[in-house]
Amino acid sequence: MRRRTFLLTGLGAAGALVLGWSLLPPRQRLVGGVPLPLRDGDVALNGWVAIGRDGAVTAFVPKAEMGQGIHTALAMLLAEELDAPWEAMRVAHAPIDRIYGNIAVAVDGLPFHPDDVNVLRRTLTWYTAKVGRELGLMVTGGSTSVKDCWEPIRLAGATARAQLVTTAARAWGASVADCTTADGRVRHADGRSVGYGELIAAHATLERPGAVALKAPADYRLIGTSVRRLEGDAKARGRAPFALDERMPGLRHAALRFCPVLGGAVRRVDGTAATAMRGVEAVVTIPPLHGGTGAVAVVADSHWRATQALDALRIEWDEGPAAAYSSADIATALERALDGDDATTYRRVGDVEPALERAATVVEARYAAPYLAHATMEPPNCTVRVADGRAEVWVGTQVPGIARDAVAAVLDVDADDVTIHERFLGGGFGRRLEVDFVAQAAAVAKAVPGVPVSVLRSREDDLRHDFYRPASAARYRAGLDAQGRIVAWEVRSASQSIVPQYARRHFDIPVRGPDKTTAEGSFDVRYEFPAVHVRHAAVALPVPVGFWRSVGHSHNAFFTESFIDELAHAARRDPVEFRRALLQRHPRQLAVLERVAVESRWGTPPAPAPDGAPVARGLALHESFGTTVAQVAEVSLGPDRVPRVHRVTCVLDCGLAVNPGHIAQQVESGVVFGLSAALGGGITIDRGRVVEGNFDTQPILRFAEAPVVTVHVLPSAAPPQGLGEPGVPPIAPAVANAVFALTGERLRTLPLRVPAPRGAA
Amino acid sequence: MIPLVVDGTAHDLDVDPAMPLLWVLRDVLGITGPKYGCGRGLCGACTVHVDEAPVRACVVPVSTVAGKRVTTIDGLAGPVAEAVLAAWAAADVVQCGWCQPGQVMSACALLARMPRPDDAAVDAAMAGNLCRCGTYQRIRAAITDASRRLG
Repeated sequence: MRRRTFLLTGLGAAGALVLGWSLLPPRQRLVGGVPLPLRDGDVALNGWVAIGRDGAVTAFVPKAEMGQGIHTALAMLLAEELDAPWEAMRVAHAPIDRIYGNIAVAVDGLPFHPDDVNVLRRTLTWYTAKVGRELGLMVTGGSTSVKDCWEPIRLAGATARAQLVTTAARAWGASVADCTTADGRVRHADGRSVGYGELIAAHATLERPGAVALKAPADYRLIGTSVRRLEGDAKARGRAPFALDERMPGLRHAALRFCPVLGGAVRRVDGTAATAMRGVEAVVTIPPLHGGTGAVAVVADSHWRATQALDALRIEWDEGPAAAYSSADIATALERALDGDDATTYRRVGDVEPALERAATVVEARYAAPYLAHATMEPPNCTVRVADGRAEVWVGTQVPGIARDAVAAVLDVDADDVTIHERFLGGGFGRRLEVDFVAQAAAVAKAVPGVPVSVLRSREDDLRHDFYRPASAARYRAGLDAQGRIVAWEVRSASQSIVPQYARRHFDIPVRGPDKTTAEGSFDVRYEFPAVHVRHAAVALPVPVGFWRSVGHSHNAFFTESFIDELAHAARRDPVEFRRALLQRHPRQLAVLERVAVESRWGTPPAPAPDGAPVARGLALHESFGTTVAQVAEVSLGPDRVPRVHRVTCVLDCGLAVNPGHIAQQVESGVVFGLSAALGGGITIDRGRVVEGNFDTQPILRFAEAPVVTVHVLPSAAPPQGLGEPGVPPIAPAVANAVFALTGERLRTLPLRVPAPRGAA
Repeated sequence: MIPLVVDGTAHDLDVDPAMPLLWVLRDVLGITGPKYGCGRGLCGACTVHVDEAPVRACVVPVSTVAGKRVTTIDGLAGPVAEAVLAAWAAADVVQCGWCQPGQVMSACALLARMPRPDDAAVDAAMAGNLCRCGTYQRIRAAITDASRRLG
């Protein structure tokens, strides 16, 4: 275990930092420059932890809680090293500060294959981490939260523990070496002990920590246990703070009428009739902000009255370029890009063309996936109050710093004049990496100074004005030799590129070069082939695209794992056996494969469905965000030929498992989320307008449709990897592969539609 | 004026009779446990009890429940609620949490009416409550557990 020493003289009684930055290592992540929001009497020991006289320990977490359990996980990491009792733990949002900038997400964005370990990669990783620390961008995304905080929050806990031990030892006139900690107390070998709260109460300043060492994994008492979610009960009782539930004196409510065309704007509005309606206080025109669409807001004394007044608005729209595009045009543009020459190579090994020419069999397949909406259960909303050149913002966001800057830009004030009150997210899935709804709320609040306004987007406008998972098309080609071994692997894919759009709308900077998110799940698979060429063509289209849970993996895993299954059948090999041969030099992925074969009883006949319909199994294995997940789906067809998924057996290797219970939760969640998309997800565009508008036309999986999901986590001592997303990618191909096993129909387009049997009317 | 008893408190409300119950609860009475999710009775996040029956408050005009007893998650109490919430905690059901008050309300209405529901009854009772995080299988386990706790 690495040992580090920090010099700290301790902190003032009110939690103010006595020591400045100068004595700390550059780009350290222990102590920030922004005061922490402390309870009365609490003392901050560093930027991640405060302790009260009552012994209560507050973990300051820089990550948004959107259902993934990160508040609980980070509190566990802190409590582990601090030796605090779990019952003493509470969580507060960290302020916006560079020490909390997400470095892992920047490093993970580099377009390297996981097996490539070389000087270029090491150099770029080092440089990216350095730039990441300088930027200090707070991001909850990319399944990086545990990965990113794993070291700093444990170091923070260990440093605080060392300070408490040193302070107690000094007070006792004892040696630090004779002191231990457990359960929130410092204990001396002679039996004396003192609680952390008592130490805080008795000492205005704590001693320097001295040497700080992290625990050996064998000494973990919390890490690796299934601690229950801290905020679970408050959420079940409807008492957990969400932005939309913020109530305050004088609160007003705004509803929005968007330009129906994506990216369109308001040319002129006549709000006379709306303003005359009961309860209506203002009509506000909002330009397209942060990549969003222009809209008109009505502010009223209730959300319902605001909504009623929308129909009384007379608006002339400026529809913009997207009005020229419908889904068919987009599909054509993607298909054309597949056959064009303008593509970026993401991976090239050997020479594909001659290998294909020599192959005994060449298999080729085309795949497609649609745009997808996030459809967070809590629609995008934000409450803002603007007064005296300052703004207060109540919001659930994955990017508090970007949200703050967006509000400051709309109001033309300094970022320091904007206070962000972070709230729980009623679902994120990447939707709340965007700040269009935050900037909109600021624009509304600006028009009614002094009045707090809650701006809520209807479900219809949530689905119709999202930043969609890009629609994608792909052509896969592979050669098999006479023994059924893959000798060449070629991928061409085409879609819009997310990162340049995101950079433009949030930082107003042009970004060029490869965008890993377009080809992830395709270029970075672990299977080994003698010749590989993976290319992606970025297509410019006026549809806003964004990060949708598992991003490029969400469709590329469907293409890749479907095609592997096609090749296994072409080679007359069992799908497990076929993959086994491709993973011989990848023991971790191989172990996941072997275990899922056992747990799913692969090779044995599955029991029929409750209604007697035959069931077949389908397999997919996919690594994303550092975690490898294999899923076996047991599928039958209903009377309407819609696939019914009865059971999904999941095995994963995510490195060290911090909270196995919440890991299982996230994989269960990923399966259901991915199934909603695989069976019914798809956004249709008609002359720039999104057709689907609620859960009737954009269905998500319902209670009775949910499969039984079993999750098996392989033990590992490797550093923890991502979990919020990796459960999503394998499910669509697992189901499609099961449908093939069941019917002989190869479904290459999402969502999965099983055609009528041949010869049927 | 529309008379309404919400979580045991009687109100006389000066609101538009067509205003959906959800917005009366949230924006007039300040009761924020019932959530907005779809506005069309498609997702169940707004589920409350009117008398003993679960209803989607987002599509119920307040005039249609005049004089009735409305129970929200904020005022939910009693042995069924205790059993359900304890089971919810034991199964660690919740993820993002937005739909959960509605899920709990539907589960409580079911168990109050039918303490020993079979799978089909659970499916029917929970069919109108969507969860984007996919907590369904834990909800099923929690309902079974709550039923057992109720003896």
